[in-house]
Amino acid sequence: MTDKTHAPAVEGLFTMDPREPHLLGSQCRGCGTYFFPVEKNFCRNPGCDEADLQEVELSRTGKVWSYTSANYKPPAPFVAKEPFEPFAIAAVELEKEGITVLGQVVSGVGVESLETGMPMELVLDELYQDDEHVFMTWKWKPTSGSGA
Amino acid sequence: MSKEVAVLGAGMHPWGKWGQSFIGYGVKAAQDALKDAGVRWQDIQLVAGGDTIRNGYPGFVAGATFAQALGWSGAKVSSSYGACATGAQAIGVARAHILAGLCDVALVIGADAAPRGFFAPAGGRRPDDPDWLRFHVQGITNPTYFGLYARRRMDAYGATAADFAAVKVKNARHGLHNPNARYKKEVSIEDVLGSAVVADPLHLLDICATSDGAAALVLSSMDFARKHTTDPVKISAVSTVTPVYPNTIIEMPNMSTDSSAGVGLPPIGFKESIAHQAYEEAGLGPEDMHLAEVYDLSTALELDWYEQIGLCPQGDAEKLLRDGETSIGGRVPVNPSGGLASFGEAVPAQAIAQVCELTWQLRGQAEGRQVEGAKAGVTVNQGLFGHGSSVICTV
Repeated sequence: MTDKTHAPAVEGLFTMDPREPHLLGSQCRGCGTYFFPVEKNFCRNPGCDEADLQEVELSRTGKVWSYTSANYKPPAPFVAKEPFEPFAIAAVELEKEGITVLGQVVSGVGVESLETGMPMELVLDELYQDDEHVFMTWKWKPTSGSGA
Repeated sequence: MSKEVAVLGAGMHPWGKWGQSFIGYGVKAAQDALKDAGVRWQDIQLVAGGDTIRNGYPGFVAGATFAQALGWSGAKVSSSYGACATGAQAIGVARAHILAGLCDVALVIGADAAPRGFFAPAGGRRPDDPDWLRFHVQGITNPTYFGLYARRRMDAYGATAADFAAVKVKNARHGLHNPNARYKKEVSIEDVLGSAVVADPLHLLDICATSDGAAALVLSSMDFARKHTTDPVKISAVSTVTPVYPNTIIEMPNMSTDSSAGVGLPPIGFKESIAHQAYEEAGLGPEDMHLAEVYDLSTALELDWYEQIGLCPQGDAEKLLRDGETSIGGRVPVNPSGGLASFGEAVPAQAIAQVCELTWQLRGQAEGRQVEGAKAGVTVNQGLFGHGSSVICTV
């Protein structure tokens, strides 16, 4: 397992920094609005004519807007572990960007440990493996010391 | 110029899991609507189909598929898709043709044969498709969003799992005598709370099933209608609005919201804007409505709609429910049909089925579930990727 290459499940969504990963978004140089995933070609703010967007790393911490769980195995194209392990999901508000981003919550943290407003940070975790790769995705984790 | 069109006929194929082609369901609903209207198929000038994306090419060209099945007649055709709001798109096309004087009478049809369990995206590796992306990289299903909204109600307004369950109890009771409903069985609060948690805090019985089913309407100009009937039910408004940027509430199938960093929030949110637009168009308000058919994909979502269509102030939905105001016999019954709780979801038929129910209610023909004296009603529904759907009917 250790000789497998770590690769993002989908390219271009996040940095692969194992310690301090960031989601990759874009920001309009005209109006300052943010996009995740990256929007390269045009600003979606209808009041902005700018087409100059730069790729940016989004804040890697935010606060829980709401949360839920997946107690049943999602269908393909999700690749579920066997046996399926239920997971929590959080919608986390990034203050600077003014956006809310969904993500699984790290294994071992269930809905009973979550609450609205709780500070969270972005981490990388395994999504699934094939013979050569460990495919990674982003997950939310309660910030150290936030009680979970 | 009057913006009203008449509902001359309504028809449905019962919801269920029938194991047949969606085409047959649609034809049955259409034939019932034509019979109800007293109009021959050969006299229909436009067929407006609601597409299904789970039944191959015939589903993408539903209007022509139904026209062929009913027997080519030379009618104009359209096929529309707007996810769960598909039916409103088809109704909107038919209404626009009639109001523009491009046709006098149109047939609107939506039908689906649905898979069991979670809806899943189309196959292939498509990272640019947000519907594919959310399933693949996070395992986020539709109930994920229902769970997030339900939790918000608990945190913001003190809603409880028992409140959510009470919506199911009400809708199951409403649907008991509806011949087109799939589930005709009373459900208790304990049944709901005892069913498995699917997306916390929602249980299996809080979340609607996926169903086969079909609904159809014969719509016409008021002049055409007067030759066939007196005092027909009228469609006074059709709202098919999209959001106003930035939409900062997380919506299916996205993994993130729009950003509020560059531009201020619109005066009202997307879900609030859907019925609002219909009220404006009809020159009516929520206080004029005698009933509502709302899209209860989950029990908690029904409570959200009470507020979003103006039946009560924000945060008061649980009280409205507990006071019995949204039950048949209450001030403004919601989902007298039984709603998705009793039907399950047959995507392209759903918004049309809501109008069928309003039609029967406003005619006084909703046997076993009649809202006494109903003269005006509103439907509301939302399709993923930003499709609003709301129709107001009056007599």
